[in-house]
Amino acid sequence: MTESRLRAPANLVSPRARWFWAVRAVPGWLVVLAAEAIVWAALPSKLATSIIFILSLILATAHLVVMPQWRYRVHRWETTETAVYTQSGWFKQERRIAPVSRIQTVDMERGPFEQLFGLANVTVTTASAAGPLKIHGLAEEMAAAMVDELTVRTQAAGGDGT
Amino acid sequence: MSAALSEPAITTPDAEWRRLSPRMLLVHPVIEVGKALPALAGLFLASGGSSQGLIWGLIAAGIVTTFSLLRWVTTRFRITPEQIQLRRGLLHRTTVAAPLDRVRSVDVTAHLLHRILGLAKVVIGTGTSDRKRRDQFALDGLSAEAAGLLRSELLHRGQQLAAPVLDSTMAPAAGDQEIIRLEPAWVRYAPFTLSGVLTGLALFGFGWRIGNDAHIDASRVAPLRSIGDQLRHTPIAIDVAVISVVVLVFIAVASTVGYVLAFWKFRLTRHPEGTLHVTRGLVTTRATSIERRRLHGAEISESILLRWVGAARCIAIATGLKSGGGAERNSGLLVPPAPREVAIRVAGEVLESSAPFAVALSPHGEAARRRRLIRAASGALVLVGLAALVCWAARLPIYVWLASLTLLVVAVPLARDRYRNLGHALADGYVVASSGSLVRRRSAIDRDGIIGWNFTSTYFQRRFGLTTLTATTAAGKQKYRIYDVAVADAVDFAEQAKPGLLAQFALHA
Repeated sequence: MTESRLRAPANLVSPRARWFWAVRAVPGWLVVLAAEAIVWAALPSKLATSIIFILSLILATAHLVVMPQWRYRVHRWETTETAVYTQSGWFKQERRIAPVSRIQTVDMERGPFEQLFGLANVTVTTASAAGPLKIHGLAEEMAAAMVDELTVRTQAAGGDGT
Repeated sequence: MSAALSEPAITTPDAEWRRLSPRMLLVHPVIEVGKALPALAGLFLASGGSSQGLIWGLIAAGIVTTFSLLRWVTTRFRITPEQIQLRRGLLHRTTVAAPLDRVRSVDVTAHLLHRILGLAKVVIGTGTSDRKRRDQFALDGLSAEAAGLLRSELLHRGQQLAAPVLDSTMAPAAGDQEIIRLEPAWVRYAPFTLSGVLTGLALFGFGWRIGNDAHIDASRVAPLRSIGDQLRHTPIAIDVAVISVVVLVFIAVASTVGYVLAFWKFRLTRHPEGTLHVTRGLVTTRATSIERRRLHGAEISESILLRWVGAARCIAIATGLKSGGGAERNSGLLVPPAPREVAIRVAGEVLESSAPFAVALSPHGEAARRRRLIRAASGALVLVGLAALVCWAARLPIYVWLASLTLLVVAVPLARDRYRNLGHALADGYVVASSGSLVRRRSAIDRDGIIGWNFTSTYFQRRFGLTTLTATTAAGKQKYRIYDVAVADAVDFAEQAKPGLLAQFALHA
């Protein structure tokens, strides 16, 4: 038996996605830091709360710097004539492969933040409730082209996909 | 069959709108009042017989009943040459339609009231939407004959129309081949199913609710108090033993009753066209039909107690069948707890290949074994640590914590067994996966039923060079996992099972 492995999908998502992920994570951290600031102001002893606040600040900065880079490296995708292939995850990494002939829907969606950065998410579903293939942070034009392309190929394949 | 002929609207497969049986008008009020009964009884007891609560309860039951009557008036369905359509709703009219060739299964059930009035409920499974919009095509209350005819209409469309008349609701048609029939001796496996645990909990909850609604203080009910006094006067060890025995006997009896109720007259037959029919039930009868082209595999499942007495279940893996929901309710059940050989023989016959359940599986190797041991041991250690914390915080005696040490003793054999049961194979076009210890399952899915693959690996799995390979499918549980297999084996296996899909993404070293 040969030692076969899967290579990673060929394409990275849009480089702008890194900024998008960082910006999207900011509000959550602001809420945490604001709550800590209120506690800091309310309690008489400042030492413990100050330390916690500073630690949170460091953690937030580290998260905002590391997370987008990490995601950008991990979130990869590829479509071929016959298949869609995605990779995602952090601690638990996942690679999903679905044949084009079994695709049921291809959705493109853009939230308000995504529109700001000119990004879009593409979700490819099959007849199985387990594991739609999601690609986050694609450039809009790329996502639209991909949806068109997959739609055409899926129609060519025919059948009810189950 | 004369009853069927007297309802001409059902026998002609044209596009006329049909109604549910008017006899349902009798069923709804009884059921709604029955549901409200515990609350009503509680209110009645609490107020000493004359209560506004009772009146309000009756009004509420009346309103619900009215709504259910309206449901009958507004619900209609029809079968056009391409579609089945269901129309319902008074203010918010909805019409749901599904193409006939997407009908995957037809489930006919009849509870006691239904049976007294000669009625049945038909649930039509239409595949992908099943999970989100449950009971989308539930027609509650057709006459039994109409239900049987509807089933034949939906499942054997290709045939001449004369044929369905042979196929009455619950009884399989004359030409059907019997695959298996329940043998009364199998009831001996019932106590090992533990289904009685749920019954016990339900009864306890029911009693509790009535007690609460009526504000009954347990210490003032004479029999309960005398039991309590008795227990207080005997040593704790004896109390524990007595209570355990009582609970075990209750569970055994309740499980047996449940088994008989659910599986009485269990019969699995095959229509000449390949459709499987399952009929069963003592009080509530149930008939499920699964088309051959919707059947993508089968699963043999053995809980540890069933395994101990050499018994197993067999479950169909088919599109449009909800899986799970307990063994008694699972409509894909092909063999109730029965001798293991019987379950395996039926699985082989249904899949037309005995290989998937006979083949020797490839083991997952040393790394998988180590991972199982580490997981079990670390899990047990965490629990023992938690027990220590709880005991310390709540100042419980030390022997409570010592008892938790048995977890460590159990963990190792459990991990070994879990490893032994891991395995996968490709047999006669079926992907076979086995795993589990407390419930061991071997699933076989035909390769055409598999849609795609997911490879997941946690940080720890990556360090061991392992991955969990998931076959995604539209049938049964939607995903079937092969746990902790070496990455290279997983890729080769997936490529062998569905040639051409993975090769384009593979590196060969």
